Amino acid sequence: MAEIVAKSKKISSKGKTKAVDKATYLDWYEVMLRIRRFEEKSLMAYSKQLIRGFLHVYIGQEAIAAGLKSALTKEDKIVTAYRQHGIGLMRGLSSDSCMAELFGKATGCVKGKGGSMHFFSKEHNYFGGNGIVGAQIPIGTGMALAEKYRETKNLCVTMFGDGAARQGALYESFNMAMTWKLPVLYICENNKYAMGTSVERTSNVQEIYKVGSAFEMPSEPVDGMSPEKVHEAISRAAEHIRSGKGPYFLEINTYRYRGHSVSDPAKYRTKDELNDYKELDPIEVTRKTILDKKFATEKEMEAIDARIEAEIEAAYKFAEESDYPMSSELYEDNYVQKDYPYIMD
Amino acid sequence: MSRIINLRDALGEALDEEMARDEKVFLMGEEVAEYNGAYKVSKGLLDKYGEKRVIDTPIAELGFAGIGVGAAMNGLRPIVEFMTWNFAVLAFDQIVNNAAKTLSQSAGQFNCPIVFRGPSGAAGQLAQQHSQTFESWLANCPGLKVISCIEPADAKGLLKSAIRDDDPICLMESEQLYGYKGDVPEGDILVPIGKARVRREGTDVTIVSFNKMILVAEKAADELAKEGISAEVIDLRTIRPLDHETLVKSVQKTNRMVVVDESWPFAGVSAEIAYEIQKYAFDYLDAPVTRINSADTSLPYAQVFVDEYLPNPERVIKAVKEVTYMNS
Repeated sequence: MAEIVAKSKKISSKGKTKAVDKATYLDWYEVMLRIRRFEEKSLMAYSKQLIRGFLHVYIGQEAIAAGLKSALTKEDKIVTAYRQHGIGLMRGLSSDSCMAELFGKATGCVKGKGGSMHFFSKEHNYFGGNGIVGAQIPIGTGMALAEKYRETKNLCVTMFGDGAARQGALYESFNMAMTWKLPVLYICENNKYAMGTSVERTSNVQEIYKVGSAFEMPSEPVDGMSPEKVHEAISRAAEHIRSGKGPYFLEINTYRYRGHSVSDPAKYRTKDELNDYKELDPIEVTRKTILDKKFATEKEMEAIDARIEAEIEAAYKFAEESDYPMSSELYEDNYVQKDYPYIMD
Repeated sequence: MSRIINLRDALGEALDEEMARDEKVFLMGEEVAEYNGAYKVSKGLLDKYGEKRVIDTPIAELGFAGIGVGAAMNGLRPIVEFMTWNFAVLAFDQIVNNAAKTLSQSAGQFNCPIVFRGPSGAAGQLAQQHSQTFESWLANCPGLKVISCIEPADAKGLLKSAIRDDDPICLMESEQLYGYKGDVPEGDILVPIGKARVRREGTDVTIVSFNKMILVAEKAADELAKEGISAEVIDLRTIRPLDHETLVKSVQKTNRMVVVDESWPFAGVSAEIAYEIQKYAFDYLDAPVTRINSADTSLPYAQVFVDEYLPNPERVIKAVKEVTYMNS
């Protein structure tokens, strides 16, 4: 335990955390709690077979979503991998539409066509969850190219896990992004395991942020259990990117409490390791900070808890009661061309 | 007004005209800018449009194809040039898993208006890895449209349509035929995607082909004409979606079909056409649909292997005589 806390403090040392106001703390708490409760409920629904297919939950990693939410503008673009419920919810997708998507309902955020791995929202500049490990790294780089092309001040956040950090697509993308000084913020959410394979077993280079140095890309590690540290690092990186200096790479160290997916018993790690990280739980820590700073009373916090609880219950009910898509929808959204002549025999 | 220009310049004109028309159109790929294109298709475009819109990439097909996909999802209209489609295999994740799937995954929120283009097929003694065709591979995938043609006017009009299309498109050219000349009308010509063209009308047999095998089909038709056999030659131009109607209509007239396809035989374009014809023109057929493909092997280096591997007019003539029962 002491070792993990010490490591997390060491990682977060760059720059001093600026004072964050009450509203931001309360917003962090709310968004993290929404993600946590949403996913706990989705796991329950999965056990009742109301949700099928893959279900990769974000539980434990919520501080990253919180820090992103406060540090980005609504115009910034974001793309991530398949462990993506938290990012979609953070971006503003409703709990209703996300839960309905997991249930495969027509009222889902992508009409029951994406499921757990593929939420998208053009309205929220959310370019989705990508199911191919690392495929979103060049895509996010191209999204950034488009922003530079249009001469906007927006940046593009491209997120991936420690597993994807070993894909060739990353090296090709980092190289072109630096060569062309694209406004892209790369975030590796290092949750220590690529499915069941620990970071130590996938490369000689275990501090993933160091990969950026091969491209002379500004790169640093961040304590991902702390929304303050995540917010601070992303804000600093965003300022660098928006000033036209090109990409930035943050390795945000985090931990997923659950297995890779619902079918994973996570036998590749110890209970002690998991429990140590749970001691750093960002929701618990943020709650305590809010109370200590007297930003809210215990009673006010309980009211937030109850409100989120009710929101998730309502989302579950909404998802359960919504209709499935019409099977004829199968032939929609494959081509923009409306009269595309599908082979139907 | 029209003039005679080659395939290379016809494609170059399409790029130039579309870039002039729409600020969102840009070209990226290996050697497209300063080198003026590995095959000079993009000659002069860097000077005219600058490095913002004509982008030299490092040799990183997966990376720059994906950058194209991301740019397309975020509002631009990229044209991604592959030096050959053989190298695009490195980028299939982005073409098949991403460009083709984005619209469906996002339930229509994000489309991917991108053109992937470059030469396909054998081009001399280039050996195993540089001699393949990819029409069948890509046409198998819903979400993509696949164009393959060498007639300069068609190529220009189809490339222009492809750039304006809102769906992802793979366009196959021919390394050996960039110098192939044809009559190309001046100005803004658009050829519809998904429509075949009857290049030569005939009554005894339909020869269907595309890309550079069209020239093999036409040479065979010339020879057959001398023997009194009237062959109709159809250039598919678009592989996906297939112009089912033109093919069926032709067979209803000729009652016989030979497909000339540089792809390998197994599960290829020729197999799909044969299926379509037996299903929708069965009662009109006087002989089985026959196909001439490249050999069901890799293509080795020596010229004797190239000659043995590729379809040629003699093989086409032999097949036509089989379906017209003229072999004795």
